[in-house]
Amino acid sequence: MELVCPAGSLPALKAAVDNGADAVYIGFRDATNARHFTGLNFNDSKALQALEYARQCGVRLFVAINTYPQPHNWSSWQTAVDRAADLGADALIVADIGVLDYARENHPQLNLHLSVQGSATNAAALEFYQRHFDIQRAVLPRVLSLAQVRQLATNSPVDLEVFGFGSLCIMAEGRCHLSSYVTAESPNTCGACSPASAVRWQETTAGRESRLNGVLIDRFKTGENAGYPTLCKGRFKVENHIYHALEEPTSLNTLALIPQLAEIGIKAIKIEGRQRSPAYVTQVVRVWREALDHYRAVGDQFNPKDEWITSLAKVSEGSQTTLGAYSRPWQ
Amino acid sequence: MKLSLGPILYYWPRQQVSDFYQQMLDSPADIIYLGETICPKRQELRHSDWLELAANLLENGKEVVLSTLALIESRADLAMLRKLCDHSGCLMEANDMATVELLSERRLPFVAGSAINIYNARSLRVLHRAGLKRWVMPVELSRDTLHGILKDARKMGFADQIETEIFSHGRLPLAYSARCFTARSRNLPKDDCQLSCLDYPDGIPLNTRENQSLFTLNGIQTQSGDVLNLLPAISEMAEIGVDILRVSPASQGTIDVLKQFDKARRGETETDSIIARESHDQAFCNGYWYGKAGMELE
Repeated sequence: MELVCPAGSLPALKAAVDNGADAVYIGFRDATNARHFTGLNFNDSKALQALEYARQCGVRLFVAINTYPQPHNWSSWQTAVDRAADLGADALIVADIGVLDYARENHPQLNLHLSVQGSATNAAALEFYQRHFDIQRAVLPRVLSLAQVRQLATNSPVDLEVFGFGSLCIMAEGRCHLSSYVTAESPNTCGACSPASAVRWQETTAGRESRLNGVLIDRFKTGENAGYPTLCKGRFKVENHIYHALEEPTSLNTLALIPQLAEIGIKAIKIEGRQRSPAYVTQVVRVWREALDHYRAVGDQFNPKDEWITSLAKVSEGSQTTLGAYSRPWQ
Repeated sequence: MKLSLGPILYYWPRQQVSDFYQQMLDSPADIIYLGETICPKRQELRHSDWLELAANLLENGKEVVLSTLALIESRADLAMLRKLCDHSGCLMEANDMATVELLSERRLPFVAGSAINIYNARSLRVLHRAGLKRWVMPVELSRDTLHGILKDARKMGFADQIETEIFSHGRLPLAYSARCFTARSRNLPKDDCQLSCLDYPDGIPLNTRENQSLFTLNGIQTQSGDVLNLLPAISEMAEIGVDILRVSPASQGTIDVLKQFDKARRGETETDSIIARESHDQAFCNGYWYGKAGMELE
């Protein structure tokens, strides 16, 4: 299975390449990708350096253009597709039907992957994208159980990539508007979820409070681990109970599923985290490379080593990891 | 402009569904969307029941559209969908690209629901060529974006071949998940949810710890806490080129909402006063339409 790793900067890209990525994905420095954060991503010259560095090491470079353009900003997405094509990227990761249409019509040679933001969770949806845009691969949303991924892999008209590690979206990606409901900015429209510009921290007598555009997301007692106020990971009141009504702060980790995913025929494992530091990328990519190599060596005897688990838990949200939707009881 | 009644997003007992549509026979709704869009386990009504309801509504002069699941994850869901596409005999609303594909393969026209991501005219054109005859704008988009999309569609030469529908009243559908939040709220696993949704005819309110209304839990769907009300924007919508206004069913008061929209589309009421009167018992939002956070009220 191909190990597809995130890079939000040139140092992160080098970290991914040096530690064993088979492919690295990047975004341009604007709203055309789903990690549109200040100080992150690549301009043309940095993207070229990224490509050269990756190529020297035999690593493939993908460009994510995976948000949804609207009429007033359509031209930025069109330009992004042209830039990625000119760059010679190994694949474009795209979500919007209009952008896919433009890319296929104007750059027939391009290798197109359907982004997780395209929200295709079944064979018929994949057939649509394959038939209309000749996509070669699709990244699956993190809503399917392992049994469902297996069914889909049997019927899929295209190669499948799944998320292996990183932040856990519990909603079907590309179909979640929680962030724009509260802040006016969403992954689809702006490439941002629960954007940092809307976050306020306040020390109060009741505890440390995190707010998003004024809305109380969580309140922490002294000594409690205060995580980033992502909307779906706050503590709210439902029928007089206060709890993580949608999801706990936790990261996805599917290291233990490597044998099953390989056996099903999954072609690539994606590591989430273009917003993360080069140190994070180093650590996560190193562990995953080791794990995948180990699986290749021992096959079904594969067992995740304790040191891998500990190492990944350290960089996980709330120091917790989960199999997420892959494990049916989680649902 | 026409008036539509969206599919019931909640899980109501069979009798309640039946009574609801009986009442709708005399409502000013021109188009009625039927069917289950949230969870395949909700089977108080079987497909044959929906089709029977459809026949009754058709006889009474309503246009009927059969709506479909928004998140299709298993082979069983897909098989059920195939059956529906083969036998429904009426116009269908797709809420997942699977349904778009299946209807398009069968060369059947379809409505793209608000869960289909159409953010620009080029996307709309691709789907129009695949059989789209009507689209419901994604709920997070604004009037300016709508204006831009329809302008571009006119330039591309297909605007007059499609209808535009706007989700205009009701709790906004905001997200779909692998997880069932209703089951979670009762500490039940999704696979043994005991059909808990039946106990919440308008979903479960989710508030902040300061009791600010934020979201509504409805099985695997998360909705807005406040109710969208675009009644005051009706004339503006007509100017932009909106063809259909959608009202989303609630357990109480839907008929009155439809009557208000009916009067407003005929220019018979002062819409601001309706807003003022209603806001005493229901918080409204409309921010998305004005390009702001969805929860805001202009």
